[in-house]
Amino acid sequence: MDQTLRADEIIREVKRANIRFVAALPDRMTSEHLLKPILCNPDFRVIQVCKEDEGLSICSGLYAGGERALLLIQYTGLLDSMNALSRIGVEGQNPVCMMVGLLGKEPGVLPAQSKRYGLRIVVPILDVMGIEHHLIESSQDLSKIVPAVERAYASSMPVALLIGREPL
Amino acid sequence: MKRDECLKVLARHRTNEIVVAVWKAAHEWIHISPSDLNYTFVGAMGQGSSHALGLALARPDKRVIVLDGDGSLLMNLGSLVTIANAAPRNLIHFLCENGIYETNGGVAIPGTGRVSFTGLAREAGYPKVYEFSLLEDWERQLSRILKEEGPIFVDLKVETGEDYPEDFRRLYSIQHRDAFRQALKNA
Repeated sequence: MDQTLRADEIIREVKRANIRFVAALPDRMTSEHLLKPILCNPDFRVIQVCKEDEGLSICSGLYAGGERALLLIQYTGLLDSMNALSRIGVEGQNPVCMMVGLLGKEPGVLPAQSKRYGLRIVVPILDVMGIEHHLIESSQDLSKIVPAVERAYASSMPVALLIGREPL
Repeated sequence: MKRDECLKVLARHRTNEIVVAVWKAAHEWIHISPSDLNYTFVGAMGQGSSHALGLALARPDKRVIVLDGDGSLLMNLGSLVTIANAAPRNLIHFLCENGIYETNGGVAIPGTGRVSFTGLAREAGYPKVYEFSLLEDWERQLSRILKEEGPIFVDLKVETGEDYPEDFRRLYSIQHRDAFRQALKNA
């Protein structure tokens, strides 16, 4: 099994999902090879946010205006945005598509089995909130991105794509 | 100025703008200027300006007005920087500054009488900033402001006016949100 995750292939899948707007707050795990190329890519309009919950709302406003968007953040920002995620994302039925870097997750270890407390609680929280999530850790996982985004927009519900290793 | 009197002036000048309204201003606005292009589905306190930014970016052909509150803006001050940086030319950010958390018991906001919201907006990078405390000035200048290129920040020094019914279920109704989406699609 291919144990690498290529950033250019993630970007390709995001484009295939018809996403052109990206709200982002830099995450050490995804900044170099994912966010920086997206910032330079004329196919994307990037909105740099100061706090992750802003991004949830921006994506919701874009949805109301007929556009698709991706929120690119670190898991710490996800944990910081619980109120916005529950009220705007779930109860407000907004298809906020989140790409969440799991900084510090041990390679090959499921997030819920990480030694890091903050990482370990991410998936159980998403489960309790009823939010679909997928681990994107190798090239085999890339095929999950487009269907997950399509389901989010079809059901008007958020989705979390959990980036399990640094994309290169 | 009474807030509802300010909003009635805005309603008289409104043509086809999207209006994002929060809390007390939202309860009043949906009665003063009913329209399918009213967006009240912000969900969480402080988030109105960010929803408005998303709408402004999605529909650059439409003017987007946000009726924010001072307590709300304090919860999302970073949005001033985000909006100024994104620089949507079609966004006007109105702040109804009453110095209190009106919906949450009337307790004063931190910094009442000291914080300058126009100063914060200006230093965040809003190219145009206005402040009104007299209804006649507001009425005289609003028409011009609505035609200017954004992002614009307008601080309205207001106090409570007439009592309007609170209906949070209406403000956050998915049915109304979907009607908004459809109306905007056709607009």
